[in-house]
Amino acid sequence: MDFSFSPEQDQLRAQARSFLEKSYPLARLAEIATSEDGWDRASWAELARLGWTGASIPEAQGGAGLSFVEEAIVFEELGRALYAGPFFSTVALALPALACAPDLLAKVASGAFTATLASGTAVQALGAGDRWRLRGETDLVADAGSVDAFVVQARGPDGIGLYLAERHGTRPQVCVLDTVDVSRRLGRVTFADDDARLLAAPPAAAKIIAATRRRALTALALEAVGVASQALALGVEHAKSREQFGRPIGAYQAVSHKLADTYVETELARSLAYWAAWCIAEDDGQAELAAVAAKAYAAEAAVAACERAIQVHGGMGFTWDHPLHRYYKRALWIESFDRSGAAHRADIAQVLLGG
Amino acid sequence: MDLRDGPEEGAFRATLRAWLEANVPAGLRGFRGWSSPAAVALGRDWSKRLAEAGYAGLTWPKEYGGAGRPWRYQAVYLEELARAEAPQHLGVIGLGMAGPTIIAHGRPDQKTRYLAKILSAEEIWCQGFSEPGSGSDLASVRTRVEPVGAGFVVNGQKVWSSYAHIADRCILLGRSTTASEKHEGLTYLIVDMKSPGVEVRPLRQITGEAEFNEIFFTDVAVPKENLLGDVGGGWRVAMTTLSHERGTFGFALAGALDVAVRKLVGLARERAGTDALVRDRVAREWIDLQALRYTNYRALARLERTGVPGPEGSVAKLRWSEANQRLTKLAIEIIGREAQVADGDGAPAYWRHQQLRSRGNTIEAGTSEILRNIIAERVLGLPRSR
Repeated sequence: MDFSFSPEQDQLRAQARSFLEKSYPLARLAEIATSEDGWDRASWAELARLGWTGASIPEAQGGAGLSFVEEAIVFEELGRALYAGPFFSTVALALPALACAPDLLAKVASGAFTATLASGTAVQALGAGDRWRLRGETDLVADAGSVDAFVVQARGPDGIGLYLAERHGTRPQVCVLDTVDVSRRLGRVTFADDDARLLAAPPAAAKIIAATRRRALTALALEAVGVASQALALGVEHAKSREQFGRPIGAYQAVSHKLADTYVETELARSLAYWAAWCIAEDDGQAELAAVAAKAYAAEAAVAACERAIQVHGGMGFTWDHPLHRYYKRALWIESFDRSGAAHRADIAQVLLGG
Repeated sequence: MDLRDGPEEGAFRATLRAWLEANVPAGLRGFRGWSSPAAVALGRDWSKRLAEAGYAGLTWPKEYGGAGRPWRYQAVYLEELARAEAPQHLGVIGLGMAGPTIIAHGRPDQKTRYLAKILSAEEIWCQGFSEPGSGSDLASVRTRVEPVGAGFVVNGQKVWSSYAHIADRCILLGRSTTASEKHEGLTYLIVDMKSPGVEVRPLRQITGEAEFNEIFFTDVAVPKENLLGDVGGGWRVAMTTLSHERGTFGFALAGALDVAVRKLVGLARERAGTDALVRDRVAREWIDLQALRYTNYRALARLERTGVPGPEGSVAKLRWSEANQRLTKLAIEIIGREAQVADGDGAPAYWRHQQLRSRGNTIEAGTSEILRNIIAERVLGLPRSR
C-alpha cells in the first residue's frame, strides 16, 4: 500500500510545472485565447519533445512506455496552466482508438499528429472492408478546429464502430462554435461522404468506447484539480496582499475559512482523481466507478473553488482582465462534459442501491 | 504507487480479520461507547486479549514492548477493527497519546514504570487538558501546579475528559508560574487518579449517556518523579501529545464512516430505494467516503516518508465530522416519524443515537473552526486571525 509518486514521477511534475509556468504564464492567457487559432501551435512539438504526447505509447512506437499515472500528472499540470492545445483531445479522447493503428501511435508520439473524438449516434458509416465513407453531423467536438483528424463513433451495418477521418483542406467541414471556454474551443463537424478508415469494428469498438470514457472523465477530474489549485493560489495570494480596515483580508475568518474549504475540497478531489488514475493504469475493476466519482466531485470542487476565488477578489475578480474567469469557464465546461454531477451520482446510486 | 496491500500487509490483514471474527466478544459487537460498567468490564478483558495477540502498540518501538511496525499496519488494524465493528483498546489515550509522549520525553524510570501497563490495559489513562475557561485556546489553562517540597500540589478543574471515570492515570497540563508568557509557564504532570483530592464527575451528554467527565483537583500532591519534561516546559510536551492524536486518526474515522455508509445504503435500499433525492444524497456520501479513504492513504504515505503527520489529518477530521452529521441526519429523514422513538434495538433508536452523538463530532478533538484556522494559517500561510 503506497499512495505516493515515485521520484521519477515527482520529477516529471516539477519539469511540467516549470515549463508551463515559463511558456504559458497567466499573463499570456488572454493573448493566446484571442489569437486566431486559440492556441500556440508551436507548442505541440515542444510537448512531444518533453515526452508528454507519447508518455503511455509503447517504446516500439516511439513512446515512453509509461502508464496513465504519468499522463495524469501532465493532465493536472496542463489544467493548472489552462493550456489551450489539443492534448486532452489527442491523449485522453483519441488515443485508445488510435492504439488500433500502430502507425498512428508513432505519429502521436513524435508530435506529428493530433486528433479528437467525434461521438454521438448521428453519424453513419457506409461501405465495407477497408473502404468507408462517413455521413452526418456531430456537435460540441473538443478542439475540432485544431486537430489533424477525427476519431468518429459511427453506426455501420453491424453497429457502432470507430473510424478515423483525417482532415484534408476543408473536408470534413468544421465550424468552430462561439462557446464559453475559449481556451478549449468546441466545434460542429459535418461529414458528407468523407473517406474514413475503420479503426475498430463492433463489438470490439464498444470496449474501446467505454475505456475512452473512463480516461476522459479521469483526465478531466485531474484538469479540474489543476484548475482548483490555481484558483486557490490566486485567492490566497490576494487575501494576503489586499488590505482593508488596516489588515490583510485573509486575517478575517469570513475570508480565510472560505479558502480553507477550497483547500479541503481540492485535496479530496485530488485523492479521488489519483485513485481513478491508478485504477485506469492498473485496469482495476473499480476504474469505472472511480472515474465517475472523481469527475463528479472534482468538477464541482473546481467550480466552487473558482466561485470562492472570484468572491475573495471582490470587484476585481468580476472583471474580464483578471484571469479567474478563464479558469471558471474551464471548470464549467468540465462540469458539463459527458453528464452532470447529479447524473453521475445517479449512476453511482444505481450501483449502490440497484433499482 | 500501489493501492493494494503488499504480501506482508495482506497476510497481516487476513490474520487479523480471522482473529477478530473469532475473538470479538458478543457483548461488544456493534459497540456504541464505554458508558455502562458492563461494557467497561468486557472492554478490559477485550483490551488484554488485543495486547496478548500483539495488536496493542503496533507502531511503538520494540524496546518498549511495541511491535515496531511501520504506520501502515496501524492503518490496517484500524480499518479492520472498524470493519468488524469492534471497539478499540480501552486504553487509547495511553496508547495514542500518553505512551508516545512518555517515549519522547520520559526518563528511563518513567518508561519502565508506565509503558508496559499501558499496552496490557492494566492501567487506563485519561487526558486533563481542556478546562471550563480553556477549550480551543489550550495555552490559557489555569489549573495550578505549584512546586512544594519534593513535589507539586495541583489545584483546578479539567473537563471533557473521556475515560476519566475508569482511569488510573491522567496526563495533566497546568500552570506553574503566573508572571511569565502564557506558553512558558506550563508544566506537564502524570497524576495518579487514586490520589486524595481527585474527584471525577461524569458529564451527561446530549445522548443521555456519560462518556466524558469533569475532574476536580483539590490540593492533590504529585511526587516530583511524575514530572514529564521540565517545569515550565509543558507546552512542548503537550504538542507531542496532540500531534500523535492526528497520526493515523483518519483511518479510525474513515473506518467508522465506512460502516455508517454501509448501514445507510442498507436503510435506503429498504425504505427509500426509488426516491431520487435520497439516491443523490447517498451517492454523495459514498463519494465523500472514498475521498476521505484515499486522502488517508496519501497522508499515510507522507507520514511513512517524513515521520511527521501532514495537514491531511486536519482535512480528514473536518470532513469526517461534517459527513457523519449529514449522513446520520439523512438516515433520520429516511426513517421519518418513527425516529422519534428513542428506545429498543432497531434502526430508529440506532440512528437517533448516532445522529445526536454526531453533533459532538465537529467540537471534540479540535472544533471545525479551529481546524479551518489551522489550514488557513499553517497550510495556506494566511495571516493569523487573532
